[in-house]
Amino acid sequence: MNRNDEKQIFKKALDNNKVKRPVLKNTLKAFLVGGIISVIAEAFLSFYLEVLGLDKDISSSLMSITMVFIASLLTGLGVYDRLGQFSGAGTIVPITGFSNSMTSSALESKSEGLILGVMTNMFKLAGAIIVAGVVSAFVAGNIIYLIGILV
Amino acid sequence: MRKVGKNSVAFDNVFLHSWGTSCGPKEKEGPIGTYFDVSFNDLYCDEKTWETAEMNLMRTALVEAIRKGNLSISEVELAVGGDLNNQIAVSNYLMNDFPIPFIGIYGACSTAVLSLINASTFIDSGYGKYIACMTSSHNSTSERQFRYPTEYGGQRPPSITTTVTGSGVGILTNKKTEIRISKATIGCVTSSGENDANDMGRTMAPAASMTLKQHLEDFKISPDEYDLIVTGDLSLYGSKVFKDILKEYKIDVENNYQDCGLMIYDLQNQDVIAGGSGCGCASLVMYGYICSLLRSKKLKKVLVIATGALLNPVMVAQGKEIPSIAHAVCLEGVSE
Repeated sequence: MNRNDEKQIFKKALDNNKVKRPVLKNTLKAFLVGGIISVIAEAFLSFYLEVLGLDKDISSSLMSITMVFIASLLTGLGVYDRLGQFSGAGTIVPITGFSNSMTSSALESKSEGLILGVMTNMFKLAGAIIVAGVVSAFVAGNIIYLIGILV
Repeated sequence: MRKVGKNSVAFDNVFLHSWGTSCGPKEKEGPIGTYFDVSFNDLYCDEKTWETAEMNLMRTALVEAIRKGNLSISEVELAVGGDLNNQIAVSNYLMNDFPIPFIGIYGACSTAVLSLINASTFIDSGYGKYIACMTSSHNSTSERQFRYPTEYGGQRPPSITTTVTGSGVGILTNKKTEIRISKATIGCVTSSGENDANDMGRTMAPAASMTLKQHLEDFKISPDEYDLIVTGDLSLYGSKVFKDILKEYKIDVENNYQDCGLMIYDLQNQDVIAGGSGCGCASLVMYGYICSLLRSKKLKKVLVIATGALLNPVMVAQGKEIPSIAHAVCLEGVSE
């Protein structure tokens, strides 16, 4: 039996035992938890705006800072990864996911010291998000600017 | 010692003198947790970093194997072993503390059996009386090396396995004991065409099935020869692929096959997703559980096929497949 026949047999057995992700269930859980996170963020925003009477810009910054802090704390307490396992994109897509990716990288590399460990590795996962954010902001900004000139 | 068939070797006088096992909390709570010698209550294993924690696991298992065998450190004439860290750091740094000649090996999760085969050839060629085989893995050192930080909140897919925190050390000898290492088959690097680091069980299944097929051909035996055939860490999905490939070759293992990754954890009640994996998985099950059953004569003849995904994150990022390997060793109970 030659190697090609072997490959065919492997492929058949592997294809017969493909692992399916429960996409619908995951989507619903992500929607639910992502929604709850957004509601909490809205509540903070309203609190800063209406109870403390702050500016809109300052309030939304404070809201982001609060959410980042809470996610970071939950990461440190070892809760966020469990939440993430349940809700998937629901906890990774909001700003809390960004916070978790930075805090978890920082925690992971603290044994290698402050500079070579924490500071070097902190953006290991979040770096891609920042690059994507900056590039897409640049593209979107240009489009808006051009539309502004043309219209 | 003599070569048999294409990939195999039959040993004359290789016996297991003693063994030591150490594990983390999840492995202790598992269905065969009571078979392990020492357990730690958390993943830090009384240390400050994950790497030193894994060193402590291996040190504990080695010291336990030496103690249970009524030996002194100076009587161990050679150690063969490895782990999953870059430059097999845990084994190398640990052996800095022991005046024992050391051969470091890397076979990913197949190291448990690879070390046993290497040590057996040394014993049978007259190198010495006592040789230690050691392997370890740690959930957190592996996660950070091959996947994500421990506390990262990304969702793990249903195919992912849980790296076992634990170490198994066996000490081989040329004097008769209750357990004999009689045969071994060395596997070829086999590619399944898969490149998903979150689905290693399926990736390794072709290598495991080819090693078993070769083993049966080389020794001209059928799977019924064994009370039990175990694979290292194919876990839930990989073990199905393993059985399916063997069916194509008309090899039936339906009645005497198990996977260490499914034996070490309770998949229903423990949060381990598709089962256990890592060097520690095969070595804990082999030394802790199987050898105990061989000693108490509940099992007579067992074939352990340890499977390793030879994953390199850089190669995978470059779109290359994950090659795998599997090595098999036969453990037999010796009648008086």
